[in-house]
Amino acid sequence: MKLHEYQSKQIFAKFGIPIPNGKVAATAQEAEQIAQELQTRVVIKSQVLVGGRGKAGGIRLAKSPKEAEELAAQILAMEIKGLPVRKVLVDEAAQIDKEIYLGITNDRAARKPVMMASSAGGVDIEEVARETPEKIIREHIDPLLGLRDYQARDIAIGIDLPRDHWRAFGQISRGLWEAYKACDATLAEINPLVITADNRLLAVDGKMVLDDNALYRHPDLVEMRDLDVEAHSEIEARKYGLSFIKLDGNIGCMVNGAGLAMTTMDIIKLCGGEPANFLDIGGGAGADKVSAALRIILTDPNVKTILFNIFGGITRGDEVARGILAALDEVKTNIPMVIRLVGTNAEEGRQILANARMITADTLAQAAEKAVAVANAV
Amino acid sequence: MSILVDHNTRLLVQGITGNEGIFHTQQMIGFGTSVVAGVTPGKGGEWVFEGKIPVFDSVKVAVEATGANTSVIFVPARFAADAIFEAADGGVSLVVCITEGIPVQDMMKVRNYLDQKGVRLVGPNCPGLLTPGQAKVGIIPGDIAIPGNVGVVSRSGTLTYEVLYALKLVGKGVSTCVGIGGDPINGTNFIDCLRLFEDDPHTDQVVLIGEIGGTDEEKAAEFIDHNMTKPVAAFIAGRTAPPGKRMGHAGAIVEGGSGLAEDKIKALQSAGVRVAKHPEEIPTLLS
Repeated sequence: MKLHEYQSKQIFAKFGIPIPNGKVAATAQEAEQIAQELQTRVVIKSQVLVGGRGKAGGIRLAKSPKEAEELAAQILAMEIKGLPVRKVLVDEAAQIDKEIYLGITNDRAARKPVMMASSAGGVDIEEVARETPEKIIREHIDPLLGLRDYQARDIAIGIDLPRDHWRAFGQISRGLWEAYKACDATLAEINPLVITADNRLLAVDGKMVLDDNALYRHPDLVEMRDLDVEAHSEIEARKYGLSFIKLDGNIGCMVNGAGLAMTTMDIIKLCGGEPANFLDIGGGAGADKVSAALRIILTDPNVKTILFNIFGGITRGDEVARGILAALDEVKTNIPMVIRLVGTNAEEGRQILANARMITADTLAQAAEKAVAVANAV
Repeated sequence: MSILVDHNTRLLVQGITGNEGIFHTQQMIGFGTSVVAGVTPGKGGEWVFEGKIPVFDSVKVAVEATGANTSVIFVPARFAADAIFEAADGGVSLVVCITEGIPVQDMMKVRNYLDQKGVRLVGPNCPGLLTPGQAKVGIIPGDIAIPGNVGVVSRSGTLTYEVLYALKLVGKGVSTCVGIGGDPINGTNFIDCLRLFEDDPHTDQVVLIGEIGGTDEEKAAEFIDHNMTKPVAAFIAGRTAPPGKRMGHAGAIVEGGSGLAEDKIKALQSAGVRVAKHPEEIPTLLS
């Protein structure tokens, strides 16, 4: 789950990281009010969960409260990469001498969090990483010990940070690590961390991504979720613990396991069809989950047929079959369905579905061919 | 012959009295796995499966009483990391965690602790291991594979079954199948398994099943290029997946590589691996 800039920065501030004075506004009037209170030049920043806000015109500098109101009105009317701007952050504009990058993420290969920093911060940091990787300083953090003070110092030295900033940088690094740990983040990033004209370190932008698997420990953070970024069907799917991504084709897919779900999509395409969705009902899905999944697929008017590919392991064929029958009881539909059931309790499942008039298939390739034929015939 | 699990496996089931635990223990016993103990805190002293398997309150006591050398974990995600720590401290040498949805920061602690203890973990979020004719540890359906000389290692769960089943249909058997799981931080990776298969005298060829995301397949390709004498065939899932959600700049910086299926396929092919277009094609790529 991604957090907005203003949410990330509020969390950073709780962990002792200096951020600009500012507040979030939902209307142009509120933005004007905040600019009035700050009594200085302000930056109006669109709060949307995509990159490239600046280049899209979603970050503007205002010299007066009046201008803040005008710019906020413009930005609040924008859509950036398809996402409506609902809020703007009105921050005191910083006098920037230098931009630094500082971030923490999980390094899968090292199985440890890694803190990364560069003296070349700002919007082109990924290019820096590609072209001149030696300019990115990395320190792996032992998850059992946490960030050591000397590591923060080594990073400061590595990015040629002047000595008079080491103490503040140490505090910011530690704060970022503590925030990362406390929120179960998979990413915590300050880009840029700036040296201001009056020689202070200030986190002018922030980004956090949280681990969905750990959200049960953070009911307060769950409240921050922005539902605008997801399709309605995806929100509905999450309620039932289903992993669902809507696509543009006409063959609905219900599969157990992400790898097999992707493979099923691959084969549908290989056979000349187009999948309407990615849907992984997960391991051990019971009848209620299957039934919810089927309802969600059927809300898509493009769906001409549904392909079930269930290879039972922890998921049992009979449970899935019962779920399909329960859903068909609820949602009356004439959409033809192709089903392939193999593995744990598949035989029991097939018996349960014997009267449901579904098209059956033995192999994955056969199932895909049949589904594509049905979709093209309708 | 086989790797990691065989008829010397003495298995302990953590979470043996839960729904999944009961069902899959039944299946493992039916397969012929030697299940010697169960652990459910608070239910120590009970006997399950018609009085054949004793339940203990802790792994330590179970290991002392039964000589269990392998543990399989079926406990819910929020208790699973602790269950892995308990297994490692309790004295088993192999821990297989089936549970999905464990927070990644918990897994980083687990992995770093286990490395210090020298205990091997397979998973989490994995289907476990299957050595046809000898032992099944986890949830891979026992009847979809026959004994043979093909080693299988996979990041996916059900996709693995698909491949095993396709092999069985043409009469090809498997030495051991290892489902390493799809989580970003796991215990055993492709390279660990490739090395074990290379050294196993009864494995003659290997099937590797990968998917989009990360760079594990690229690293496996490099290992195959330099260290493997046995032929390898592969399948990569997600060729047509829409571009995934990106994790800010740090994700791109740290991962390097694109995570795309095409790049993984290219890396594997240039290491001499034959890559299948779909899983049912794999048997035709083996000798």
